[in-house]
Amino acid sequence: MTANAHALAAYNQRKGFLSWLWTWLSTVDHKRIAILYLFGGGLFFVIGGIEALLIRIQLAVPQNDFLVGSTYNEVVTMHGTTMIFLAAMPLVFAMMNAVVPLQIGARDVAFPFVNALGFWLFFLGGIVLNTSWFLGGAPAGGWTAYAPLTTEFLGTGSDFYLLGLQLSGAGTLMGAINFMVTIINMRAPGMTFMRMPLFTWTSLITSTLILFAFPPLTVGLFLEFFDHIFHANFFNTAKGGNAIIFEHIFWIFGHPEVYILVLPAFGIISEVVATFSKKRLFGYTSMVFATVLIGFLSFMVWVHHMFTVGLGPMANSLFALATMTIAVPTGMKIFNWLFTMWGGQIHFTTANLFAVGFVPTFVMGGVTGVMLAVPSADSQYHDSYFVIAHFHYVIIGGVVFGLLAGLFYWWPKMFGKILNETLGKITFWTFFIGFHLTFFPQHFLGLIGMPRRYFTYFPDEGLNTWNHISSIGAIGMAIGAIVLVINIVITTAKGQKAAGDAWGIGRTLEWSIPSPPPEYNFAQTPLVKGIDTFWKEKMEGNKKVTPAEPLGDIHMPNPTILPFLMSIALTIAAYGFIFANQTSASRPLCLVIAAFGIGLMLLLMLIHSIKDDPGFHYHKEEIIEIEKGAE
Amino acid sequence: MSGANHVDIRTLSHPETATLEGKNKFLGFWFFLGGETVLFGTLFATFIALRNRVATGPSSQELFSLPLTFLSTIILLVSSLTSVFAVLAMKEYKIRQMQLWFWLTVVLGLAFLGLEITEFKEYVHEGLGYTTSAFSSSFYTLVGTHGCHVLFGVLWISALMIQSYKKGITTVTAPKYYVSALYWHFIDVVWVFIFTIVYLLGILGG
Amino acid sequence: MDTANRQSEMLDYIAKQRRKRDLQHYWVSFALMIVFTVLAFLAVYFRKSINDYLIAFFIVTMAVVQVIFQLYYFMHMKEKDHGFPALFLYGGAFVVFVTVLSFVTIVWIS
Repeated sequence: MTANAHALAAYNQRKGFLSWLWTWLSTVDHKRIAILYLFGGGLFFVIGGIEALLIRIQLAVPQNDFLVGSTYNEVVTMHGTTMIFLAAMPLVFAMMNAVVPLQIGARDVAFPFVNALGFWLFFLGGIVLNTSWFLGGAPAGGWTAYAPLTTEFLGTGSDFYLLGLQLSGAGTLMGAINFMVTIINMRAPGMTFMRMPLFTWTSLITSTLILFAFPPLTVGLFLEFFDHIFHANFFNTAKGGNAIIFEHIFWIFGHPEVYILVLPAFGIISEVVATFSKKRLFGYTSMVFATVLIGFLSFMVWVHHMFTVGLGPMANSLFALATMTIAVPTGMKIFNWLFTMWGGQIHFTTANLFAVGFVPTFVMGGVTGVMLAVPSADSQYHDSYFVIAHFHYVIIGGVVFGLLAGLFYWWPKMFGKILNETLGKITFWTFFIGFHLTFFPQHFLGLIGMPRRYFTYFPDEGLNTWNHISSIGAIGMAIGAIVLVINIVITTAKGQKAAGDAWGIGRTLEWSIPSPPPEYNFAQTPLVKGIDTFWKEKMEGNKKVTPAEPLGDIHMPNPTILPFLMSIALTIAAYGFIFANQTSASRPLCLVIAAFGIGLMLLLMLIHSIKDDPGFHYHKEEIIEIEKGAE
Repeated sequence: MSGANHVDIRTLSHPETATLEGKNKFLGFWFFLGGETVLFGTLFATFIALRNRVATGPSSQELFSLPLTFLSTIILLVSSLTSVFAVLAMKEYKIRQMQLWFWLTVVLGLAFLGLEITEFKEYVHEGLGYTTSAFSSSFYTLVGTHGCHVLFGVLWISALMIQSYKKGITTVTAPKYYVSALYWHFIDVVWVFIFTIVYLLGILGG
Repeated sequence: MDTANRQSEMLDYIAKQRRKRDLQHYWVSFALMIVFTVLAFLAVYFRKSINDYLIAFFIVTMAVVQVIFQLYYFMHMKEKDHGFPALFLYGGAFVVFVTVLSFVTIVWIS
């Protein structure tokens, strides 16, 4: 096998672009998939960001005619959908793929094949959704896609939403199961649950939430899909349907989704704050407990999105109470981060700036959250810009700040080069100030009475100044993002090579191996002696973590193109269904194409079942050579 | 995997979880079933909310019959038992027995599907189309989703059995047989709730 | 040599006993599942002479009990190393419970 691998490598170098493409299309290495997720998610983040800027241009001045009516609705819908499903989710998965196996001392994930399939389904789902712009118009029913608006009154754009999200949702679910099993089954010896780094813990809980929250989304999308394409009556009141059901299903998924996004961000902040304070995380046990509790409670609060539906005082009070309860574990976390910093040697790197900036920003989002949890007050805030301000404080101030902190923190581990700190700090300050400038005024806009999702306002309503400031702030965020892109390009071209322990003060296992890690991660599986085991070893004067096994051959899975082909098959099926709705003449043909896509998927699954992957081995001598080269 | 070559596989009483790959498959599949539970649960909840919204179409009391449902139920219950025996045979490395029991499971699954198709045809004939009412949509979607799972199970187990003649029972194939049996039991679990909540409560009315 | 033989004989004996016991469990569970099913159908068959709510309660209970047998015996959840499967299956069941409860109480129009 070794000779083969060398021959393959030489062959690959000759073939250039095509083989480069092939490597990425067929990879099952979690570190490469992390990079795919990062750039896939980054691409959609840019698209969603441009849509956000378009919205702010339209709202910068009263009675603007830049984006009017349904075009504005399309942009708003695509902004929300893209940011949640195609930017935030994959970026979370990028971090999980890059770091979780390294943090638990594993050589690979539990299901490398499924992991790759999850990525390609997400990516092609996102492509399907975004091609709607060129194929008859984008979805326009809001990212919540309430029925019957989406099922009865909007055109074919809805189909792109329903099927695109179905694909990427399936991908996410697979990714989640992969990480649950990886974390539970593949921890290194000594890595007990209560020694796992906080990011691994939050990844485990997030994956659990995905496992239970995404099936309702799948069902909700299917029901709307059946209503829209096959004329079922789930939400058609004329034949006994009930549109409230969709709201329930959507938020049974949608509320946990918020925690699915923010818990990994909490994990990242915990890692970054502890590392750059040169202290052990304060209150580790309570952090774990708070994470589990937040995960549990997140399934019992969804009705706070529906307080104005009229479900009655009993339901509203119960769900209000449950919602406010979540503030308790979240507050625990905030204090733990503060106490971690207390008395620490704080290094204000870009990563830590984002983490420190996260704390007060997220608290503000949390406080407005508790305000919104009061049903009677919510009747005033509902569907106003106050809600917009609230959830952007939570999702940008929480999730995006967390992800950016993680990006700067783990970039050297992923790519072997440290991002430029000066440019990083410019990104932080422009983004941070721009963010507050954009969204803080929106609290006032909401309280004055500006409703969300409206494309314009009149000059004499007292909304001009705040809207103007908000749009100026958006420019700041855009500059921050552009500087980040420049930073990435410059660093890739001529950045400094990072050491294994890139920051010199790493605490967890990922810093004990070279940057970027070799394909097999750990030449010898580490023996874990406690929380922050790498730090412990360093304090004892050891340069390396104590191994749990002698050096030996390492078995790895072969790359395979099947996950990509399977995703293509399902994409064909999705387009078949989408176009079945567009013209009645071609409907039978399109349904045949859809059936063909599904058949192709089954065939590929059969091939995967028949073809057992023997994998290949890294031999001992090879490993010694690679490890020498990395030093 | 390399380690497994040195041990005589026949000494393992649980070949399905003898390797890390097997353990992962086992656990991952259970988690998948946890997700499927929520998927079916949401469909059940939708059906329960819409079960009396029949518009101008026929209601469940006018359509469902006890004997037919009973027959389907018994068929699926027996198929659950046959797949248990298949796994038992697998653990004892009796490949012929395992194949026999799994093929029997497949045949019973096909019989169940045949019954379901004739049943649906009958209902359509009596005026309950997919688009007739909210009740009809939710009924066909819930029971049809279960039917699709049965169909997939039949295809999956058949594919595994055809391969089993060549591949035998190893630490690679055993986890596959094991989780396919788990899947089949799960289908039966869902059916228990379908015959109770959809059919029996439907006949009861209200 | 002799002890090794004795040992393997004993292991064989234990395996056989275990198999016997397993088989017994399977048959008993299967018989019980059939009985629960028949009872549920009978309750509905005699619906004219029994209170409707009582029947509904009875048949749902029968279903739950039957599923427990299916899970613990047929799907081996009673065996060791099934802690995580049980945890996550019950987690899913909990979400289903909350969902169904809300769908019978707060979907606004009944």
